[in-house]
Amino acid sequence: MSAKEKLKVLVVDDEPSILMPLEFLMRKNGYQVYIARNGTEAMESVDKERPDVVLLDIMMPDVDGYEVCRHIRGQEIMNGAKVIFMSAKTKDADIKKGYDVGADLYIPKPFSTRFLMEKIKELTQR
Amino acid sequence: MNYWLVIGVSFFYLALLFGLAWWAERRSAAGRSFVGNPYIYALSMAVYCTAWTYYGSVGRAATTGLGYLAIYIGPTLMAPLWWVVLRKIIRICKVQRITTIADFISSRYGKNITLGSIVTIICVLGIIPYISIQLKAIASSLDMLTGMDEVGRSPMFGDTSFYIALGLGLFTIVYGTRHVEATERHEGMVTAIAFESLFKLVIFIVAGVFVTYGVFNGFGDIMQQAMRLPDFERLMTFDSDNGFSQWFWMVVLSMLAILFLPRQFQVAVVENVNEQHLNKAMWLFPLYLFAINIFVLPIAFGGDILFGNAGIDADMFVLAIPLREGQSILALLVYLGGYSAATGMVIVATIALSVMVSNNLVMPLLVGIPAIKNRYQNQLTKLLLFSRRLGILVILLLAYLYYKGVAEYYSLVEVGLVSFAAVAQFAPAIIGGIFWKEGTRNGALAGIVVGAAVWFYTLVVPSMVGVGMLPNAILEHGPLGISWLKPFELFGLQGMDYISHAMFWSMFLNVGLYIGVSLLSRQTSQERNQAEVFVDIFKYSTIFESSIVWKGTAYIPDIKSLLVNFLGEKKAEMAMKAYKRKYPEPEDETGKADPKLVTYAEKILSGVIGSSSARIMVASVVKEEEISIDEVLNILKESQQLISINNELRRKSMELRRATEQLRSANERLKQLDELKDEFLSTVTHELRTPLTSIRALSEILYDNPEMEREDQEHFLHTIVKESERLTRLITHVLDLERFESGRQKLNLGPVQIEEVVRESVQALEQLVQEKNIDLVVDVQHNLPAINGDKDRLMQVLVNLVSNAIKFCHPEQGRIIVSGYYIDGDIKVNVVDNGKGIDPEFHKQIFDKFYQAQNQNIRKPEGSGLGLAISKKIIESHQGRIWVESEAGKGSRFSFVLPVRVNVPANV
Repeated sequence: MSAKEKLKVLVVDDEPSILMPLEFLMRKNGYQVYIARNGTEAMESVDKERPDVVLLDIMMPDVDGYEVCRHIRGQEIMNGAKVIFMSAKTKDADIKKGYDVGADLYIPKPFSTRFLMEKIKELTQR
Repeated sequence: MNYWLVIGVSFFYLALLFGLAWWAERRSAAGRSFVGNPYIYALSMAVYCTAWTYYGSVGRAATTGLGYLAIYIGPTLMAPLWWVVLRKIIRICKVQRITTIADFISSRYGKNITLGSIVTIICVLGIIPYISIQLKAIASSLDMLTGMDEVGRSPMFGDTSFYIALGLGLFTIVYGTRHVEATERHEGMVTAIAFESLFKLVIFIVAGVFVTYGVFNGFGDIMQQAMRLPDFERLMTFDSDNGFSQWFWMVVLSMLAILFLPRQFQVAVVENVNEQHLNKAMWLFPLYLFAINIFVLPIAFGGDILFGNAGIDADMFVLAIPLREGQSILALLVYLGGYSAATGMVIVATIALSVMVSNNLVMPLLVGIPAIKNRYQNQLTKLLLFSRRLGILVILLLAYLYYKGVAEYYSLVEVGLVSFAAVAQFAPAIIGGIFWKEGTRNGALAGIVVGAAVWFYTLVVPSMVGVGMLPNAILEHGPLGISWLKPFELFGLQGMDYISHAMFWSMFLNVGLYIGVSLLSRQTSQERNQAEVFVDIFKYSTIFESSIVWKGTAYIPDIKSLLVNFLGEKKAEMAMKAYKRKYPEPEDETGKADPKLVTYAEKILSGVIGSSSARIMVASVVKEEEISIDEVLNILKESQQLISINNELRRKSMELRRATEQLRSANERLKQLDELKDEFLSTVTHELRTPLTSIRALSEILYDNPEMEREDQEHFLHTIVKESERLTRLITHVLDLERFESGRQKLNLGPVQIEEVVRESVQALEQLVQEKNIDLVVDVQHNLPAINGDKDRLMQVLVNLVSNAIKFCHPEQGRIIVSGYYIDGDIKVNVVDNGKGIDPEFHKQIFDKFYQAQNQNIRKPEGSGLGLAISKKIIESHQGRIWVESEAGKGSRFSFVLPVRVNVPANV
């Protein structure tokens, strides 16, 4: 990946009030941002844009985040993509399931944007 | 009428009975028994109505007036008491396998042979005249019908009634002695008897209708003409001198007869298959008596009017009138009806007597004499059946001879009453025996013997005088001239008719001696044991084998071979198997029999050869030990205590089981509630996390980026405010709902105008409506009655419904209608939108809390997910109902109804 090229980040959440600050934050950090308001949109965007990082909500009206993650992990070309779950589901079982379907990180809501950015950077530097 | 025709019809009728009985037994063998039916049972009890009723009532009514009714009033009065007396007797007989009245008495008083044989002899002496009058009735009706006078007069072998008696004997042998066990039910016989009861009733009523409406012009006509008869007054009034005592004794006599006549005992007790059948019989039987008596008076008066003093026997009026009117078919039917009444009685009485004779006279003799017993050891079954069959023939022959010798000279009723009085002598010993534990064998013996002696002296002796067997002087001056021994005026008692007189003295002495001697004499331990079991039969019936106290040594093979001797291999095997099923304890290794087995075997044998013979047989194969009365009583008390302890235990364990069950279901409920609570909590926290996430992210960004553009800053801050509001709303709703669910929510009640509520709610949302450019129509009826409610809460509901409608109505051409009107005592409010609708499968669930949150697929923008749940609670707390009607794609209509309270003024 060339340093010149902007990192592509896909933000997926069905809550506009969450989508909005995250979109702002990613752009501010110099990423190419794509947004999706539900699972279907998210998978379309994955197929089309091939994002490097996906910030993924779990509970969404149509297709849930786990499903979207499986979709991502099911494609070889997306091998390098980092998937970060951000969810209000905080039970151990939910978190374990998130890692099982192939997440790189699971962040419970509410979270600090500073922590999120730190993690994104950590994950993408390697 | 042609003599041979009538004879042919008579035998054809008998053949019909054979066929019917055969058919019923085949049905029963095929498992479709007929007798397991209360109607058949009640009808078979009507064997009480014999030729005496059929012919004799009319004769009695024609000669002495209303007196004939007494013997039907007695049984009618007795019927309600059956549940107390007869049910107890039935239970005792079932448990103890008692098959005759003689066995019943003998069994109660220690299985005493003497008592059993005396009762048997009294029965035979008492009942044979009764059977003979049935033969007489058949013969007289045959005479009347064929116009011949010699049917009864010719010598025995040329006499038709002799052959009829023989035919009846054959029927009785075939259907009455099929099985050696007398406890086995005679289903064929019972069916035939029930049929006869129906037949005689129908024919008698037909004859009555013919006389009343065919010959005369109804009841009124007969009574009018009858009033001109010289002795009408006398017939229709009660005799003032001894009328009362005569009625009283007749009623008592028939009350006892319905219980203790051997044939009644046979049909009501031995042939009973189900105690519950008594319930129906208790009212069906009196009804039957009523029905068969309706036409007695019309026929009697009709006969008096038509025949006057023409010398026609009043007993035969029912037959004579159709004959006089030339109705030969009807006359033939009437004859057959009387024939059926007579044959029914003869058949049942003969069976009962033959069992009694074989079990209480012949058997004790056979088993009591070792030489005979040993010789016929293996043929006892055959011997028993043979003795019963022979008994039937001998009894019928005796009855025939009595009829030829004596009965000819007396009316049906006179002879019948003598029989009633004979069996009445058993009443003290039986009634006392089932309710009074102190009654002893000696008491019973003294009462019965003396009572029967008085009966014989005051009723039988005079009848012998009447036919010339004894000198008339006995009646007029007393035997040997001793005037206080005159049979009709014993001890100088005058002023009673002869039946009342006989009953008075015999019952007075019988009861007195029974009680007196019982109090003075001691019971043996066996007697005491039986007394306990009889009186408390309902306590002991399930544990009978362990409630008979027996001590001694017996060996199983001996008991078995005893059973085989009397039952045959197959039945003995079955009996042993049945015992093992009831008492599955393992056999003693030494082959010693359990006392329960001894009692069981004795009980089984009782059903075959009677209780006293069974006692002798069992005693002959075992070594018995003396037991004292105290020991008997102690053991009985223990076994009773055992029962009550068992019952107590059973009740306790039932209670325990119930309590456990309740505990478990309560626990289940709690667990469910707990799960619901958990789920609710996790949903609430989840719902809180979303706005918090947004607020935190926005705030951090604002803080970290002071150089943000102003427009973005404002947008961020606005969102923070919005999200905070969302948090507040959620918290308020959760608290609201919690208050409603815990019942702590108090309604602030007052008169509420729905129109006002709607108006204010819509006003509060006005801005939203305008923003989304929605066409909102309000259509509420004016002057609706006020309801008693909480205005703020009702507004909350309406605001919730309308704001939902705003959220979900068509995005471009939104249209909402809010309507309200009065219907059926309720006020109904609808909120209709034109949005995308709700699938019917969710119509109930959308009123559940957090339904949207849990079902992400239909997640809707904004809202706490609790609005509808709270609305539902509010409406329900107003005793109203809320629901939705909708189809996907066609908009939704939310409605609620609230009851109008009349005590609230309509306009405030």
